[in-house]
Amino acid sequence: MAPASDLAIETSGLVKTFGETRAVDGVDLAVRPGTVQGFLGPNGAGKTTTIRVLATLLHPDSGTARVCGHDVVREAAAVRSKVSLTGQFASVDEDLSGSDNLFVLARLLGYKPPQARARATELLSAFGLEEQADVLVKNFSGGLRRRLDVAASLVVRPDVLFLDEPTTGLDPVSRSRVWAVVRAIVDTGTTVVLTTQYLEEADQLADRIAVIDRGRIIADGTSDELKASVGSNALRVRLRDPAQRGIAVRVLERELGPDGEITADTSRRGHSPGVQPPGPPGGRTAAGPSDAGHDGTNNGGREGGPHNGDPAALSMRVTDGGDGKGVERATRALAELTREGVALADFTFERPSLDEVFLALTGHHAETRGKAGRKGRAADPQGGRDGS
Amino acid sequence: MSGPGTGGGGSVLALDGDGLDAAVRSALRTGEERPPRPGAFAMCLIFCQRALFKIRRDPQQVFDAVLFPVMVTLVFTFLFGGAIAGSTDLYLQFLLPGVVVLTVVMISMNTGVALNVAVSSGIDDRFRSMPIWRPAMLVGELLSDVVRYLMASVVAVLLGLLLGFRPHGGLLGVVAALAMVQVFAFSLAWVWTALGLVVDKPQTIMTLSGIGVFPLLFASNIFVSTHSMPGWLQAVINVNPVTRTVTAVRGLMAGDPTAWHITTAFVADAVLIAIFGPLTVYLYNRER
Ligand SMILES: Nc1ncnc2c1ncn2[C@@H]1O[C@H](COP(=O)(O)OP(=O)(O)OP(=O)(O)O)[C@@H](O)[C@H]1O
Ligand SMILES: [Mg+2]
Repeated sequence: MAPASDLAIETSGLVKTFGETRAVDGVDLAVRPGTVQGFLGPNGAGKTTTIRVLATLLHPDSGTARVCGHDVVREAAAVRSKVSLTGQFASVDEDLSGSDNLFVLARLLGYKPPQARARATELLSAFGLEEQADVLVKNFSGGLRRRLDVAASLVVRPDVLFLDEPTTGLDPVSRSRVWAVVRAIVDTGTTVVLTTQYLEEADQLADRIAVIDRGRIIADGTSDELKASVGSNALRVRLRDPAQRGIAVRVLERELGPDGEITADTSRRGHSPGVQPPGPPGGRTAAGPSDAGHDGTNNGGREGGPHNGDPAALSMRVTDGGDGKGVERATRALAELTREGVALADFTFERPSLDEVFLALTGHHAETRGKAGRKGRAADPQGGRDGS
Repeated sequence: MSGPGTGGGGSVLALDGDGLDAAVRSALRTGEERPPRPGAFAMCLIFCQRALFKIRRDPQQVFDAVLFPVMVTLVFTFLFGGAIAGSTDLYLQFLLPGVVVLTVVMISMNTGVALNVAVSSGIDDRFRSMPIWRPAMLVGELLSDVVRYLMASVVAVLLGLLLGFRPHGGLLGVVAALAMVQVFAFSLAWVWTALGLVVDKPQTIMTLSGIGVFPLLFASNIFVSTHSMPGWLQAVINVNPVTRTVTAVRGLMAGDPTAWHITTAFVADAVLIAIFGPLTVYLYNRER
């Protein structure tokens, strides 16, 4: 199946410039077939440009890229017959109905008219869009449009599927719906390249994550590898009585010593509302699992509101110090808290969030250039719930 | 905006389970099938059908398009007809073939707008990343416009008949004339598609093609015959493709076509396509 190379995607030294802007600046990638490669980066990082080069829409200025063993420049036609692209901005036709959109694509891919219509109907019902069959796409909500967009890429199952920010602007329910679809797609053997600005999304879906910033890949590995490379875990505690905060801080500083840098738990969790939810809560939640379980549908209120500056919450960075003793130091710190009479409502011990990875790698938060979109999205489900 | 979206969220939640995932998986398995790819011309027809879906959704646009020529016909015939040709009836016989051409010229500008809208949306990225013959989208759009030209020009002719237009060329002459009009409009549309691919927004095309189209229409023999004009102006008007087509169409409808007029009209069409066809395809295939 895979001709020249066993890799689904292989690039070396890929460069694409627009005038002065080096949108893609020397990207090397190796994506194994049947996996999800995540591209994580803020606005303007070069994610879309990389995908457009791989989907044969842009010619690289230098470097090479092979998709399914075919060179994207010299064998563009072969590449196009293997890939599908779901662009960042709706790549479906506004002035056609859901069914007609899929019908036209099926016809272009060789289905005869009756089979094309049947294929459209099959895809619409598989994606929960039966009711939208005869509705013009311009009257679709964002989530429905996105689902149609993904369905449109699957009329014929591609070997490689490019999904450019598939869940940006979607509410949590639509988002987890798209995630489920992506997982189903990967199960059938398709390689997925997914860009996202959401750390949580890359964490949830991607086998490997390439962190991209200003056209360069600044880190590439599994989610665990990336987190391990930062070398510190986080111990978060929530006090029953905020009045004990003073003692708690003293104990923790004593126990976690010079390595254990205390971050008053204001910004940290506010920054990454989605690290735990809505998937499995990471397995390290020692208490309050029901809380974490709700998170996917509930985090707007919990994270955005009273949690910020919550005097009962504390977060500690616990470095491994190279000896893997981080867990032991954290355990001892917790024991000390109890011994000193500090009552805990809840504690978690977590690997660093991808946001922390990003901060460690680039010196700035992943959100600094994508803040508006994040805020808007977080606010959305709340409003919608109240309205319905 | 978010209201209806999350309103539907309830049903999404209900569907959010193994049942739907199984449906997705099964639909993906059907997608393993790869039927043989259609040929280039078949792809053009599919794109044509796609454009026709939109006309079917919104037939109003064709009637909007004939409104302007209808007004021109009425105004010119009844206000100036007598002065120009001695009688409104005589003038109508002269004017109507020109009005048919005028109608399609006006509609053909929309092709550029439609193309501009198409390429500036994500759908074009999808098509260009698919294994399809690239110019098929362009040709399909242009073919679908022929359907609109035909509808509009038939309406224009019918209006003329109502007002007293009596083509001596008979049905055959009118049909032949309409065929020439379609070929001309198809050729001219390539000018607007090229324009549609260089400007950044649809309004700009309207402005630019508006500026371009009025000299093309008025420096022609649509409204008045060229006999009384100075020689240099006649020379200019005579090379105008609109003039070439109007003259041939007039001949066919009146029942006295000449080979020279018909040939030169087709030559003008060929020149338009030869210049703007490759230019459009180049602009379309260029990286965007
Ligand atoms: N067609 C273009 N012409 C000029 N500059 C461009 C073009 N496309 C992208 N750029 C620039 O290249 C850089 C990378 O853009 P790109 O769209 O790839 O980023 P991105 O990671 O997809 O960002 P976002 O999250 O906003 O989608 C940006 O600085 C952008 O302004
Ligand atoms: Mg992008």
